Amino acid sequence: MTTGGLIERLRTGLWKDNPGLVQLLGLCPLLAVTTTTINGVGLGIATLLVLTCSNALVSATRRWIRQEIRIPIYVLIIASLVTCVELIFKAWFPTLDRSLGIFIPLIVTNCAIVARAEIFASRNTIGASIVDGLGMGAGFAALLIVLGVFRELVGQASILGYSFAESGFLLAILPPGAFFALALAVALKNRIDRKPGR
Amino acid sequence: MEFARREAPYIRPNVGVGSMMLQVLAALIPAALAHVWYFGPGFLFNLIIATAFCVGSETLMMRARGRDPMVALSDYSAIVTAALLAFALPSLTPWWVTATGALFAIVVAKHLYGGLGFNVFNPAMVGYVVILVAYPMEMNLWVAPRMGDIDYISLSVLQTIKYTLTGSLPDALTFDAISRATPLDAMQSGLRNMRTYAEVRTNPMMGDFGGRGWEWISNFFAFGGAWLLVKKIIRWQIPTGVLLGLLIPAGLFYIISPGSNASPGFHLFSGATILCAFFIATDPVSAATSPKGRFVYGCGIGFLIFAIRKWGSFADGVAFAVLMMNMATPAIDYITRPHIVGHSRRSDKP
Repeated sequence: MTTGGLIERLRTGLWKDNPGLVQLLGLCPLLAVTTTTINGVGLGIATLLVLTCSNALVSATRRWIRQEIRIPIYVLIIASLVTCVELIFKAWFPTLDRSLGIFIPLIVTNCAIVARAEIFASRNTIGASIVDGLGMGAGFAALLIVLGVFRELVGQASILGYSFAESGFLLAILPPGAFFALALAVALKNRIDRKPGR
Repeated sequence: MEFARREAPYIRPNVGVGSMMLQVLAALIPAALAHVWYFGPGFLFNLIIATAFCVGSETLMMRARGRDPMVALSDYSAIVTAALLAFALPSLTPWWVTATGALFAIVVAKHLYGGLGFNVFNPAMVGYVVILVAYPMEMNLWVAPRMGDIDYISLSVLQTIKYTLTGSLPDALTFDAISRATPLDAMQSGLRNMRTYAEVRTNPMMGDFGGRGWEWISNFFAFGGAWLLVKKIIRWQIPTGVLLGLLIPAGLFYIISPGSNASPGFHLFSGATILCAFFIATDPVSAATSPKGRFVYGCGIGFLIFAIRKWGSFADGVAFAVLMMNMATPAIDYITRPHIVGHSRRSDKP
């Protein structure tokens, strides 16, 4: 893969086809855990790890996976990787693991990951698939972190747990706040993408 | 999105949106006066703040959308939204709470959806629900109504202004001293704590049917609503639907078990039932449009109000009921499309 193609691939994942902002995939964890920055970072990194590794594994085994049963196989691969990540989190970041709770195991059902396996990794080389996984994973993680920072800032008036005001605007950390924040982020992206002069 | 549409021919009424909205505002005046009499001048300050923020944000949003602000302002719909929001608030509400509700109502619920005529949800109710969820403590500060025979602490005009601007009470007073559980709160928690309906009714806050003060304000809402019906600003289907949808299940439960259920009269004269039936549910934009559809829409709201009051965690459910039925409006309009003369009843084809 050329450097130009590599940068283009990363750009696609991070901005142009961002899984959260453009494809609107994986919204369940996106909306549910982004109440604080640290939750966003935690789930973002976990998803990035799983997505990169699953893309690599699916791409490496693509010759032997039969077309008819490909989805169960993908789920099996992703589930094994998620289990590894979950054990890593439990061993080294027990507090974070407790606050993310069910959403670490639920990465298995994150459709952004299956979508990349199906759309990209199953028909491209290992190298390209890893780059794609990194780009898409980083794009998803970036959105999680942005939403986490925004909602923590507005909802609890604190940054990374250091509060600077007595109380925030409670709605931002409640479920409706997640939808509002995501809608604002999508609108902002569309606004930036819109060509000037139109 | 394609929604079901009413078919031609249309009859053009000779009243504009502006004069309709002005008549709605006029119909609210008796209830507003009653509200000030029973709960103090706080209502007026809430109304001023809500109007200022609704009109201000409407102007800014029209500018941002590249349109003439006067087009939107001259139909007075922002002021009706502000008035409905002010009626929903406790009479003592800090200004930032009111302002947040007004901004959400106009900016999010109205203009982000495309302005008047395109808003899927009732703007005033969206604003109210947002602040109800975001500021639960401030939104629970209901003072006792003026009741001749019982001592109650009321704030003077200056103290009310101070609370509205700063959110702090006079030194000697606490929230607990001036706030009372509303009749609906008292009824809900009383019945859930295994007290009987008759026992809860011995609470001095209770009046002939609903709560004292509240039932009289409801009467004035009904009076204004009747005038709107006579002037044909609103149709009879929605208010009838709301009241039947609430009274029939309430009546059935009361007949089966009069001890553990509030009477239909209590439901009718408590909280925002009448305000909802005549002024909130009848919002011409977010309600269903066919005659049959309006009735179904009203019944749905009435039943949901009953369900939330009986089984829900909030004492009154008007705002949630209206928003939920707003979501169902396109489906109701689709199912209850009126039959077109000359077309077969089974299908749209001639």
